[in-house]
Amino acid sequence: MAIEGADVIRAAAFIGAGIAMGFGAIGPGVGEGLVAARACEAIGKNPKEAGLLTRTMLVGQAVAESTGIYSLVIALLLLFVV
Amino acid sequence: MGVGAIGAAIGEGYTAAEANLAISRNTESAGDIFKSMLIGQAIAESASIFALVIAMILLFTKFSATSYVTVCAIFAAGLSMGFGAIGSGIGAGYPAGAACTGMSRQPAMSGKLTTNMLIGSAVCQTPSIFALVVSFILLFTDFSGYPVSPGWAAMLGAGLAIGLGAIGSGIGGGVVAKSSCDGIARQPLTITPVTNVMLLGQAIAQTPAILGLLISFILIYKGFPATDSLAPSMALLGAGICMGVGAIGPGIGEGIASSGGVNAIARNQEVVGVITRSMLVGMAVAESTAIYAMVIALVMIFVA
Repeated sequence: MAIEGADVIRAAAFIGAGIAMGFGAIGPGVGEGLVAARACEAIGKNPKEAGLLTRTMLVGQAVAESTGIYSLVIALLLLFVV
Repeated sequence: MGVGAIGAAIGEGYTAAEANLAISRNTESAGDIFKSMLIGQAIAESASIFALVIAMILLFTKFSATSYVTVCAIFAAGLSMGFGAIGSGIGAGYPAGAACTGMSRQPAMSGKLTTNMLIGSAVCQTPSIFALVVSFILLFTDFSGYPVSPGWAAMLGAGLAIGLGAIGSGIGGGVVAKSSCDGIARQPLTITPVTNVMLLGQAIAQTPAILGLLISFILIYKGFPATDSLAPSMALLGAGICMGVGAIGPGIGEGIASSGGVNAIARNQEVVGVITRSMLVGMAVAESTAIYAMVIALVMIFVA
């Protein structure tokens, strides 16, 4: 197996992309779940405000999602640019 | 096996602790609680028994390792089942513990609580069964015709994708089942909507493990052309790690979301529809990161 410098860099970029996206998905996944759980409990207590609560839930989840999107961007950069 | 035993130990420990608390609160139903604790622990144990079976096969089979790929496949089978048993072991412990607590509060509901606990913890076992299936495929398929160079990475990636991917769904399914046992003990009349929503939530919490299973199968069966360079191998290994680790968070998160939904329904069952809708929207958003991980894994397998 002839391994050259450029090949090693590509190999490292691939494994790095996998690690970046994989670990980057843990936090947002759990965090968004916590948001949704509280929203459901709040709607159970006060069903009249369901629309407002769902909207707030989605905004909160979108913010929590941002770190997942950062990981996705970094993984795509490692895959296609490096 | 070692890794696989962690989950079962945590799950059973949790069950036993809750059972002790429950018996101290209501000594009259100690018999029922004890019975339920044993059943719950037996189910939590099953994941580690799967791991034990794979470990026994690995120890006592004479493998004629024809190529380096076969060696990696056998190693990957161990990784898959070892990691895959963690989540189900922990997850199955939660409903068993909650059922014990529930029985001490509502001894009249023992039968229904046990049924609900059994359904919930059986669903928790599915991720570890996926891992078991992949382990068997990796152990008993003949990979001797496979090219060594990307083959080793494909096998390790397949083991990691389902092994790690099963952790989140196992724990997530358990969290949902725990809330539903809690809810039934608090409000026995809500048993029907609570069990239904629990099953819905658990089914969705399984999806990250199913994505992991999909990536494992692609890695095992696609058949990659032989190569001399390192990069294609690392792309396949990276795809396995990406999907496996990426499925942990969404699996747990969807479980938490759905447990919140189940809790809310147990308190206020008139608004089942509204709560279920919000729960599903919330879970879909939590799923998105697992889907990003799958996209990156597929790009690495098919494009890179």
